[in-house]
Amino acid sequence: MQAEVEAVARIVRWRMWGFEWEGTSGAAMANIVQFENVGLRYGDGPETLSDISFALAAGSFYFLSGASGAGKTSLLRLLYLAQRPSRGIIRLFGEDAVTMPRARLPGFRRRIGVVFQDFRLVPHLSAADNVALPLRIAGMPEADIAEPVSEMLAWVGLTERAGAKPETLSGGEQQRVAIARAVIGRPEMLVADEPTGNVDPEMAERLLLLFDSLNRLGTTVVVATHDLHLMHRVPSAQMMRLVKGRLHDPTGTLRHPPARELA
Amino acid sequence: MTNSTGKNGERTRRVLDEARGVRAMVWIIAIMLFLTVLGAALGLATRNAAGALETQLVGRATVQIMAADPARREAEVGRAVATLQKLPAVRSAALVDRDELAALLRPWLGDDGADPELPIPAMIDLELADDTAAALARVRASLQSTAPSARIDAHEAWMAPVAGFLNLVVSIAAVLVLLLAGATAAVVMLAARAGLDAHRQTIEVMHMLGSTDLQVARLFQRRIARDAAIGAAIGSLAAIGMLLLVSGEAAGLGSQLLGGATLGMSGWAVLAMLPIAFVLLAALAARFAITRALERVL
Repeated sequence: MQAEVEAVARIVRWRMWGFEWEGTSGAAMANIVQFENVGLRYGDGPETLSDISFALAAGSFYFLSGASGAGKTSLLRLLYLAQRPSRGIIRLFGEDAVTMPRARLPGFRRRIGVVFQDFRLVPHLSAADNVALPLRIAGMPEADIAEPVSEMLAWVGLTERAGAKPETLSGGEQQRVAIARAVIGRPEMLVADEPTGNVDPEMAERLLLLFDSLNRLGTTVVVATHDLHLMHRVPSAQMMRLVKGRLHDPTGTLRHPPARELA
Repeated sequence: MTNSTGKNGERTRRVLDEARGVRAMVWIIAIMLFLTVLGAALGLATRNAAGALETQLVGRATVQIMAADPARREAEVGRAVATLQKLPAVRSAALVDRDELAALLRPWLGDDGADPELPIPAMIDLELADDTAAALARVRASLQSTAPSARIDAHEAWMAPVAGFLNLVVSIAAVLVLLLAGATAAVVMLAARAGLDAHRQTIEVMHMLGSTDLQVARLFQRRIARDAAIGAAIGSLAAIGMLLLVSGEAAGLGSQLLGGATLGMSGWAVLAMLPIAFVLLAALAARFAITRALERVL
């Protein structure tokens, strides 16, 4: 296991990771995300999310659970800026994400890694090109892209499938490519929607180890999952539970998380 | 980290599917360019013909001595030429000889036009130093006393309807070119929006990974500009081939009017610029359509 931790640490210390994200230095921020009385309604329908209030401490690990239809994906969409709330306040990386101009959203999205439930790989690109996409979008020189992509594919066990198009990959392989794409840019926050739903238990554990290692290096991780076994693999993780669009937080610890020292 | 290389750009462009069969837009642009180049050529050639006609007609007039009696006609011709050559408004006055008149009449009268007994008016070709209406009136007044049967016609006046018609053709050609440019921009915008719809999921992923609207727009812009360039080349070459064929046929007719309807170097240069202008137009229209459409999503 120690060897694997070292391998992860090697992967997540790309040479290119010397740059700072826009606006913040990471360690200076206590809460990376803050929701206050957030509600979300699609069209004229009922509220999918109601009165959601919580704060995510920078560098923490969270599991988001809840029954199907409880609003997990909607909450994640708010987190990765795919959706603006119908009401309430969202602060992301110290800034108001509700009124943030559209032009600033790309800069913030580059600080968030997303693993979509349905993978959303670009169908015409190979696995390697899908993994490289965030780096290319960020404008990284081509010469610096090959190595991290190759190492990331090796970690998710897809070296041999680097040139394969998504349609030729199994569901589990596609999910691993999606995870590699989400973490390759070393995001400040990683949001994953059922990231281990299509992989075998061994690979699920490997991927969780990758998330945990990223978390140890300062990335805030939010994983939506039904998998109780998985949740128990990260003892330090905090639980967020959605019940019919409302966050279950009887003790108030989600609203006021203790500040945490970053690695 | 923020500098993008050319290879990076090329790799990013591949995000859009390149294998979606024959692109209709290439052929639409080809047809648009074919029509535009022909329309522009028509306008330019007509404008040049109108210019040549004006050059030929401005400052020229014809005096006809209408007297039916040959002796009187001849006497009036002599006096008229002498009078005209003294007038400051007249640069030159030359009698059109009988053989030349017979040649002009041959299409209508055949060899009968050469019959010396045929009472045809004598004609004096005038080149005017001053072709204003007042000067023409003075010339007319001077002739009144020396050659009462003389009638003076300014070429410009009787060719004015033709010149007006040519100018109308030029205007119609200009409107045609503008309409085709507008239609091309509209087609490109529709194609860009259709492309955006076809790649909506990919674009959404790119947005979530931090793509800016401009990065997405550039993907479509490059692709559409490339398609437009191919279409423009096909359409322009076809149109130029047709123009060369038509100009060869026109030259064979030996018509003086058609002889003036040439494009000239400037005309060919304008036609050569049209495909470039249309490719730029297509790229700008695509960028406008994509950025406007993306503004409506988060």
